[in-house]
Amino acid sequence: MAAGIGQVKNNRLAYLYTSPTFLIMGLVIAFPFLFNVVVSFSNMNLTYFRDWKLIGLLNYVSVFTDRVFWYYFMKTILWTVINVFFHVTIGVWLAILLDKDIRGRSFFRTILILPWAVPQYITALTWRGMFNSEYGQVSLLLQKWFDLNFSWLNTEWGAFTACLVANIWLGFPFMMIVALGGLQSIPRELYEAAEIDGSSWYNKLRNITIPLLKPVMVPAITLGIIWTFNNFNVVWLVSNSGEPSDTTHILVSWVYKAAFRYFRMGYAAAFSMVIFAILLIFGWNFIRRTRATEAVY
Amino acid sequence: MCPYIFKAEARLQQTKGTRKMRSPRELSFWGKIGAYLVLAAFGAFAVFPILSLISISLRPGDRLLTKSLSIIPSDATLQTYYQLFFQEPFLRWMGNSLVVSGAVTLVGVALAATAGYAFSRYKFFGKNMAMLALLATQMFPLTMLLLPLFIMLIKLKLYDTYWALIIAYSATALPFTTWQMKGYYDTIPYSLEEAASIDGSSQFKTFWTIILPLAAPALVITALFSFMTAWSEYLVAAALIQDQSLFTLPLGLKMFQSSLEVKWGLYSAGALVVSLPVVLLFIFLSRWLVSGLTLGSIKG
Repeated sequence: MAAGIGQVKNNRLAYLYTSPTFLIMGLVIAFPFLFNVVVSFSNMNLTYFRDWKLIGLLNYVSVFTDRVFWYYFMKTILWTVINVFFHVTIGVWLAILLDKDIRGRSFFRTILILPWAVPQYITALTWRGMFNSEYGQVSLLLQKWFDLNFSWLNTEWGAFTACLVANIWLGFPFMMIVALGGLQSIPRELYEAAEIDGSSWYNKLRNITIPLLKPVMVPAITLGIIWTFNNFNVVWLVSNSGEPSDTTHILVSWVYKAAFRYFRMGYAAAFSMVIFAILLIFGWNFIRRTRATEAVY
Repeated sequence: MCPYIFKAEARLQQTKGTRKMRSPRELSFWGKIGAYLVLAAFGAFAVFPILSLISISLRPGDRLLTKSLSIIPSDATLQTYYQLFFQEPFLRWMGNSLVVSGAVTLVGVALAATAGYAFSRYKFFGKNMAMLALLATQMFPLTMLLLPLFIMLIKLKLYDTYWALIIAYSATALPFTTWQMKGYYDTIPYSLEEAASIDGSSQFKTFWTIILPLAAPALVITALFSFMTAWSEYLVAAALIQDQSLFTLPLGLKMFQSSLEVKWGLYSAGALVVSLPVVLLFIFLSRWLVSGLTLGSIKG
């Protein structure tokens, strides 16, 4: 950025330009955040909505002693790992194919990007319909091909699988597009040299493609982990707010239910703080570690 | 795939001198077949839900719950679409969504254009902190902010109004759009402003008449992004809106899928109508998106 003389002068104008943005951000993000901290130490719920008072750490105690926290925590980890694994594997694999010289590349590229383009809530509601045990297309196809009758949405792990399929569907195009961009920046000479040395398809993948794709994929994967961890829409809408009987939740959807269906405000606020802390630790660790790898490169 | 064929062929071609070598992007015959098979399989996976929406939306009302799997039903009809537009409050929801999304777009463009300009051109107290803070907000789980926001809006008497959604969505879109505008202004040379100031143009006038028109492409992206953020949002709307006459499209479509009675036909037709403009826009924008994403990652 060019640092001109005019930049130091007239910074009153700068405050004028930025203040509306920060007013809105303060109103919607900073103030609610601080307020959330206060509520997390209070007994606010449906009975004590107006005359709430501070009760110290009690909410935090009930978060950690409640067995559901650990249950949903493990489920969230499982959810994030499985999703990101499939997003990256499918995405990179398809990107490698789309990077080849084949006819109809842009056609396939457009088709494969569709899941990313569809609004998330529509994806989730549509997959919920498709997993309907009687009339859903997934169930019908499984019945026709494998003679399999399974009531997806009414069992604990069936509903979880349905959520997973919906989320894998909507998530792989992002990784594919990022990987495609990365592949196109790898110098072709490397592959030519490897070919002259007679290296195999696997060797080229292992020693050229993957290492050179890594700097592009690592930030994308980090973002992917945060998005998946926080992905409320799919879990909430596919399982119709946690059916069967509040087993199909990840941490964020459970908080939403506790706050807006059960109106346990204090508990939900404390729970949110714990989720935020988990993300913060992850983010901080990640920044530290990527700095470390940058030094290696 | 056998590496020896590769080598032999490469040598052959080199000695012949007709072509240099097989380019690394070319595939062998069987490689091509395999590639097409994989692409077709995942292509089918990608369009499967969309085809099923089309199929259900074309079914006549008395045959919604069918076990048939054909894509275009034999007795296809547009009756569901007629019902959606004229017998259901779909147009009202669409109106609500348009009001909210339009307002968010206006607010988003106006604020991101000015704030981005200040970040790009001026030095001021707390600038770096402010930019980092904008980025950090992307890490916050939305559910954490929603509960206090909900309580706050009730106290401000803004709960269950358009304003609640407009304020919340603007704040969701602003961090990204502000950064994006700043990035674009950075590519416009500062000498333009210097020349204008020598000619006696005021700073505001320079910004308004010279810089802003040059930033038009970035403004378009900002507008589209803000619009799409508001158009496709469910979670915030579900928490902040209760009055059915204020329902936006996501809330309305969810209502078709209420657990007591599911209106598959109406839901499918509505989902297609709502997604079509967004999907087309997205595909149109996707080329820009790719370069933006990779540019960012190479820089960082």
